[in-house]
Amino acid sequence: MTKAESTQTALEQTQAVIEVRDLKISFGDQPVLNGLNLDLYEGENLVVLGKSGSGKSVLIKCIVQLLQADSGSIKVFGKEMNNIGKKDLEELRKDIGFLFQSGALYDSMTVRQNLEFPLRRIRKELDEKQIEAKVQEVLANVGLPDTADKMPSQLSGGMKKRIGLARTIIVDPKILLYDEPTTGLDPITSDEISQLMNAVKKQYKTSSIIITHDIACVKTVADRIIMINDGILFKEGTYHDFTTSKDPFISSYFN
Amino acid sequence: MKEFFEDVASVTLFVWRTFREALSPKFEFREFFYQCYQVGNKSLPLIAVTGFIMGLVLTIQSRPVLLQFGAETMLPNMVATSLIREMGPVITALICAGKIGSGMGAELGSMKVSEQIDAMEISSVNPMRYLIVTRVFAAILMLPLLVLFADALGILGCWLGLNIKGDINFVLFFSQAFGRLEFMDFLPAVVKSFFFGGVIGFVGCYKGFHAGRGTESVGIAANSAVVMASLLVIVVDVIAVQITDMLI
Repeated sequence: MTKAESTQTALEQTQAVIEVRDLKISFGDQPVLNGLNLDLYEGENLVVLGKSGSGKSVLIKCIVQLLQADSGSIKVFGKEMNNIGKKDLEELRKDIGFLFQSGALYDSMTVRQNLEFPLRRIRKELDEKQIEAKVQEVLANVGLPDTADKMPSQLSGGMKKRIGLARTIIVDPKILLYDEPTTGLDPITSDEISQLMNAVKKQYKTSSIIITHDIACVKTVADRIIMINDGILFKEGTYHDFTTSKDPFISSYFN
Repeated sequence: MKEFFEDVASVTLFVWRTFREALSPKFEFREFFYQCYQVGNKSLPLIAVTGFIMGLVLTIQSRPVLLQFGAETMLPNMVATSLIREMGPVITALICAGKIGSGMGAELGSMKVSEQIDAMEISSVNPMRYLIVTRVFAAILMLPLLVLFADALGILGCWLGLNIKGDINFVLFFSQAFGRLEFMDFLPAVVKSFFFGGVIGFVGCYKGFHAGRGTESVGIAANSAVVMASLLVIVVDVIAVQITDMLI
């Protein structure tokens, strides 16, 4: 058994935290996902690859119910998302962090207020001292300890992504969904973000789905990779499987 | 026609959801007071200048006509009545439709485009409750206060207008202006100001919240919020005047 195969087997022996089955969604007459299946196992970083418009971002938005699928099943921690009640959805979302492509920081709030915003609502048991300690902890973890009183407009693109990540991890989610975390960043900052994603996985013991086109990022963070084409799962494997594939579509993607 | 009915259904649902969320026990008081500050305090200078000029100009323009009938002493009461019953509420509402309505449309539209509203939803925060309810109710509460402020400054403008070509002390002016005013001159104006606030808040928030995904849609949301809110202010005014006319 190769190293890649043993990694795959080990992952499949752990529990699936997200199970997607036969997921279909279309916008008007345009089908985007056409019966997609995937599993996210506990503690893994699953990278989702595919051409622009192939439905990668749509997939993770369906998982958190920002978009409703036409048919199929999405189970998060065993709970079916497609017919979940409003209160159950709010509860479940507390365990899911979502890093948006732009960071999606609230423009009218300082970095501190951005970080406190989800914390005060999700972790209501914390007092002011604990909230401040948590803010300082996540800022230190993303390497930006002195930015608490800055406005988002005063931050660079890379800093916004780091603060976005800090806001995501501050509530200790069990699942992280990254929507193109390194897009628009220079190679050095991209690598820093990729390393940070690995550090977050290690420290917070998260399971993650990472949508990206950045092959360097894929190499750094991926435990397992799936590729979507024509709205269905095209290939699944490790980084090694993809880089050694003879399939013209995959090799053109990786070269 | 189908689109029209879809829009009507969408607006109705939006208004219904806003009231439903407003009655939720988790009312966002802090954000509500912040929005009151934004709507009220930041509109104050514009409303003050407009209100004052409104009273001054109305006085200067009306004076020669009333002089012809020897009815100059009626001028303070005429201006005060016009301001309180009609001009104050409508002009203030139109200015607020421009300032507050466009501000809400642009702010919420840009939050939508930059996925901030989605981020809020994922943080288990209800965007309707946090963003819409607070803004709509801030507009409903603050508009009547802004109208009263505009009325007061308009009446002050009237007194200044009378003193440009004449001489009238403030006590006499005050008694002439308010001597014949009744409670029913104030009440319909205050009541319709609440509705104007509601129209501006709902339209601004609806347009911003339902903005498209591109940056162009932010401009469209702001622009259509001003146009629609201004038009609806006039429509609500016509209805309010008819109702007042029937009741008095």
